[in-house]
Amino acid sequence: MQKFLLQGLLRRALTERAPTPDAASMAELGYTLGRTARQKLGRSLSIREVDAGSCNGCELEIHALNNAYYDLERFGMRFVASPRHADVLLVTGPVTKNMREALERTYAATPDPKWVIAVGDCAFDGGVFCESYACVGAVASVVPVDLHIRGCPPDPTTLLKGLIAFVENME
Amino acid sequence: MNFASKQTAPQSSQPTCLPWPREIVDRTGWLAFAESLAKGERELLSLWGEGSSVHMAVLEQREPRLRILSLECPDGAFPSVARLHIPASRLERAICDLYGLKSEGAPDHRPWLDHGRWGIRQPCGAQEKINSTCDPYEFLPVEGEPFHQIPVGPVHAGIIEPGHFRFSANGETVIRLEERLGFVHKGIDQLMSGASIERAAQIAARVSGDSTVAYSLAFAQAVEAAFDVNVPPRAAYLRALMAELERLANHFGDVGAICNDAAFALMHAQCGLVRERILREAASCFGHRLMMDRIAPGGVLVDLEREKVAGLYALIEWIELMTPRLIALFGDTTSLQDRTVGTGVVSESLAKQYACGGYVGRASGREFDARKAIGYAPYPQFAFEIGASKECDVDARVWVRFDEIRASLQIVRQILDGAPEGPIIAAWALPEDWTREGAALVEGFRGDIFVWLRIRADGVVQRCHLRDPSWFQWPLLEAAIKDNIVADFPLCNKSFNCSYSGHDL
Repeated sequence: MQKFLLQGLLRRALTERAPTPDAASMAELGYTLGRTARQKLGRSLSIREVDAGSCNGCELEIHALNNAYYDLERFGMRFVASPRHADVLLVTGPVTKNMREALERTYAATPDPKWVIAVGDCAFDGGVFCESYACVGAVASVVPVDLHIRGCPPDPTTLLKGLIAFVENME
Repeated sequence: MNFASKQTAPQSSQPTCLPWPREIVDRTGWLAFAESLAKGERELLSLWGEGSSVHMAVLEQREPRLRILSLECPDGAFPSVARLHIPASRLERAICDLYGLKSEGAPDHRPWLDHGRWGIRQPCGAQEKINSTCDPYEFLPVEGEPFHQIPVGPVHAGIIEPGHFRFSANGETVIRLEERLGFVHKGIDQLMSGASIERAAQIAARVSGDSTVAYSLAFAQAVEAAFDVNVPPRAAYLRALMAELERLANHFGDVGAICNDAAFALMHAQCGLVRERILREAASCFGHRLMMDRIAPGGVLVDLEREKVAGLYALIEWIELMTPRLIALFGDTTSLQDRTVGTGVVSESLAKQYACGGYVGRASGREFDARKAIGYAPYPQFAFEIGASKECDVDARVWVRFDEIRASLQIVRQILDGAPEGPIIAAWALPEDWTREGAALVEGFRGDIFVWLRIRADGVVQRCHLRDPSWFQWPLLEAAIKDNIVADFPLCNKSFNCSYSGHDL
């Protein structure tokens, strides 16, 4: 364990600064996001993730935001364990009918002011599951949605960009 | 274009299913199979409904390894398999919910996937409109010493899928855990019926996102079996490459997450790096981090460019360097071992009874791996060792995953060394003569995924049954947590990492 810890101290941070060719620089994204979040929310944005029927693909990529390469927490954003602690609900999935009430209750349990970001193509319009008897479809038909981040699933950079767009347009 | 070359039109009353036969049995035959399952002579692979018949897939100890049996039940009922062989219970409850077929004499008649919220009953059978918005559900009783109940979910604290757990605890000790699932039921059986092969493949790829490659592969193999399509050798290699990358990414992600549930964040951070680098390499090689929709019936849709091979070699070398360090970090941290050793024990007899696949089965002495047992292409060409343990606890499941990581690294190396050149997808067309049936058993990271399908001559899927390995792992989680403390549940749960979406369909 000592080796890992020592390496952690000596090695340069893995968290990325360099711009990627097809996306705006992560560092730049981080800077904007950090500044705006700080201005509007006093350095913090608490996010509660709600899986409303996803295939788990979106969750895997949301999870990746916490790894050292993306390090979401450096922007003052963090995932919280309860809707009672949350500013934002990050909702995935085509809202199965069996999850609808749970989503509504999670929304009701989130204190105002609150926002909802729908993540993934299923959350946008039900995706490949839109015609099912078991799905409601778009998250927006169950709770008010402030932003959609599309993708099947959206990769972590897309998620970061979406979160920035969200913070910038927050009123 | 070699479809129909080996097939002749079905002559007898027995259906033609490839590569394993499907036999129509009567009630006596059905019960005889159920009894042999109970005696442990065969293993139950799956049980599913279709119209007014039920099908059962079993694993034999000799060739053919797999048999599919069908029972007509015109009066809407069939003799319960679960009455003799309890692992069938949840599958039967699901059949009743979706198809309205009743299992006679079943030990448990409570609905499973149907929570009374669909607005209809038996969505895949004779549909009935209902007005209720929610059914009451009766959890199993707990009697005896003073105890308390802890309801958890469906919305959990982490970034994970939804499901409900009902703990009955005496102080800190769990007396009984009862799972209630079905929250992410998306009606996949019905969506599949009537879909084109292309659309059905898309849905199959979204049954469980972490196993998207394995599901696409299983679906493609079943279609190829049905239509007798030969996959080009290069495509088989690339499929295996994607499958092993998916396996590696999931194992690293899970090993880290298990340690994180024991509050050992260092391991989580390090494993997260490995996982991320695998996903990035996957995106660079195949254009999608999870490699979704890259496998199609007939082959693969994206070729591996020559200049990407060096990157994959570099990745494998780096992981080969990191793995022993991570193993040492896990094995030498006694505070972590204190949490994992002896926690969440699944007995060997239970693993065998449930024909439990993947690392859960292998950590409890059941060494089944479809890559070896079925030996689909290109795996028979590779040398690799499957991990196994008889320690049966959380610790064993982590060690088995390390073994599987080593095996996958061996396989990826052999793929990169020996991938043949050539086409990546077979040109094939629908024979437009008669309805075909195919089946496949593919080893996903979590265990064996079973697919059976029937496709009409015009390419419309009539029925596609997808069975996630979680069906036979979820019930064992209930057994594993018994007599452990509540605080060890996340650890046990993560060491299983069962799929909610794959199970709820």
